[in-house]
Amino acid sequence: MTTVLEKVRSGREAVGERWHHAPRWVRWVLLAAMIVFFYALPNREFYQYLGPIPTPGANFTQVLFTVSIYVLLAVGLNIVVGFAGLLDLGYFGFFAVGAYTVAVLTSPSSNIKTLWPWLLVVPLAIALTMVSGVMLGTPTLRLRGDYLALVTLGFAEMIRISATSSAFLKGQRGFNQIPHPPGKYADGKPFFGVLDARPYYWLVLTLIILVVIGVRNLTHSRVGRAWISIREDEDAAQLMGVPTFKFKLWAFASGAAIAGLAGALFAGKQNFVNSQNFELLNSIIILAAVIFGGSGNIVGAIVGGGLVAYMIERFRGIELFGVELYEYRFLFFGLVLVVMMIFRPQGLIPNRRRAAEFKDRRKEVIVGE
Amino acid sequence: MLLEIEDVSLLYGRIQALHGISLTVDEGEIVALIGANGAGKSTTMRAISGIRPIASGAIRFNGEDISNLRADLRVRRGLCQAPEGRGIFPGMTVLDNLDMGAYTRRDRAGIAQDLDRVLELFPRLAERRKQPGGTLSGGEQQMLAVGRALMSRPKLLLLDEPSMGLAPMLIQQIFTIITEINQQGTTILLVEQNAQQALARAHRAYVLETGRIVKSGTGAELLHDPSVKEAYLGVA
Ligand SMILES: Nc1ncnc2c1ncn2[C@@H]1O[C@H](COP(=O)(O)OP(=O)(O)OP(=O)(O)O)[C@@H](O)[C@H]1O
Ligand SMILES: [Mg+2]
Repeated sequence: MTTVLEKVRSGREAVGERWHHAPRWVRWVLLAAMIVFFYALPNREFYQYLGPIPTPGANFTQVLFTVSIYVLLAVGLNIVVGFAGLLDLGYFGFFAVGAYTVAVLTSPSSNIKTLWPWLLVVPLAIALTMVSGVMLGTPTLRLRGDYLALVTLGFAEMIRISATSSAFLKGQRGFNQIPHPPGKYADGKPFFGVLDARPYYWLVLTLIILVVIGVRNLTHSRVGRAWISIREDEDAAQLMGVPTFKFKLWAFASGAAIAGLAGALFAGKQNFVNSQNFELLNSIIILAAVIFGGSGNIVGAIVGGGLVAYMIERFRGIELFGVELYEYRFLFFGLVLVVMMIFRPQGLIPNRRRAAEFKDRRKEVIVGE
Repeated sequence: MLLEIEDVSLLYGRIQALHGISLTVDEGEIVALIGANGAGKSTTMRAISGIRPIASGAIRFNGEDISNLRADLRVRRGLCQAPEGRGIFPGMTVLDNLDMGAYTRRDRAGIAQDLDRVLELFPRLAERRKQPGGTLSGGEQQMLAVGRALMSRPKLLLLDEPSMGLAPMLIQQIFTIITEINQQGTTILLVEQNAQQALARAHRAYVLETGRIVKSGTGAELLHDPSVKEAYLGVA
């Protein structure tokens, strides 16, 4: 068992090493190939050759859309948990705020009947989630310890309960006829329709790329250094002159904004939003995805979010001894996490700094480099 | 007067750790603060650097009342602490740690110059510049904490037990460095268990007992004070 693990580990490390030592243009070419692959993925002409990868129990293109939303959420939560080290257990609450903002302001079933177009409401949804993040963070981020975890957990539940029981948010009946994003093909048919999920997936994929570029720039700046220092030792960060409260709030609010964007995209695709979309479990899944992928590493968050969401969907339609595996998806998922925590606590693709912390000290020292 | 603490009290919940202490540090001085375990030395440092709010009294730095100023803004005013127990960033390399020390500064040339100086003061750190801070030995981490504090080019450097856990050779070395830093123009407030060394190097010193200042004087005076000798220098 250990030898197999060692092999897998050294294999992955070798890939990582090769990636970091490859010439710049090789990395660019590989990256471009990967991006092309993911843009091509939802086309049947392409994915039919991919063997067991397409999901048997669900429309693969729809699954890809769901997975892409989870990836976006994981990238956002990674800022909060991975970079700034803030434990946010109610991240999906911000997703709900984004989705409901769109629903209330665009749907004909809404009481206020503003019927605004989707595109107009997206920036509003992002702004509103950010504001709710600031409102939630301002009192709690001043405190140390586990308050944030509790408060965010409470927040997500509050949102869910108001969605379920308030007449304004329509509970189970929900909001329908939420408008799609704008855009037409040359022949006048709408680009973002009901049947074809591909355009939505492409839209989310594009936004993921933009968000990742933004986050990467941020983490390589003073902001990123401040976040990491807070995660590592908040007192010491303050003693170095880092305005810790301000940066924690920043991380928390940017994470929230990304979740708001994801919620708005979800509402625009789904056409329909009701209270069943926002179970607490979703927050936990995204958190698990970030930790699974390697907290503090953007690539890790992407892989974690993608794999976790995909695995859950992959179980649909697979039967074992007469039960659908999908029913047991969380059991399986829990097992995988436990095994991970035992054998690879730093996540699949850890942050390089974190990896160094976890590694054996004697092996790592390179004196006088 | 660079630093002036007037009748400062501090509470940890219901426990009062400081009972109205007053002390001053003049520009260019090394001032030592000695006392038994739990006397409140680190607490005094926390009050000055601002990571613990004070209950009453006043702290003035460079003539400005900083009693209610946020800790990070105090760093910008020129006050930097190397905390007890080192408080380095374990996952960051030695260089990144030192870089964090210069967080409030923008003058690249000056930062590069100070980095050279710190690496010259602590050749051990220079050898290990790419190593994560958390994997350094205890003594090396201590040097890193002091070096990092120097990177902010403070007017007043607060050192909380810089010799803790160091081998005798290194203790000697770190005190030599402290004197050197001071001669290069940095004022120092030094907390030490190693009273002998601290008093020998300090211009002035204070003795703290259960949250109160019980004695003060020049380093030499206290070094020869019979009660200090008995209590802190281990000689009868
Ligand atoms: N966070 C805290 N909560 C409650 N009490 C505290 C806290 N920190 C310190 N104290 C108490 O305050 C008193 C002074 O502690 P402090 O750390 O300032 O001592 P010190 O003089 O630095 O001792 P040492 O030489 O052992 O470092 C002690 O009695 C200690 O138990
Ligand atoms: Mg102490």
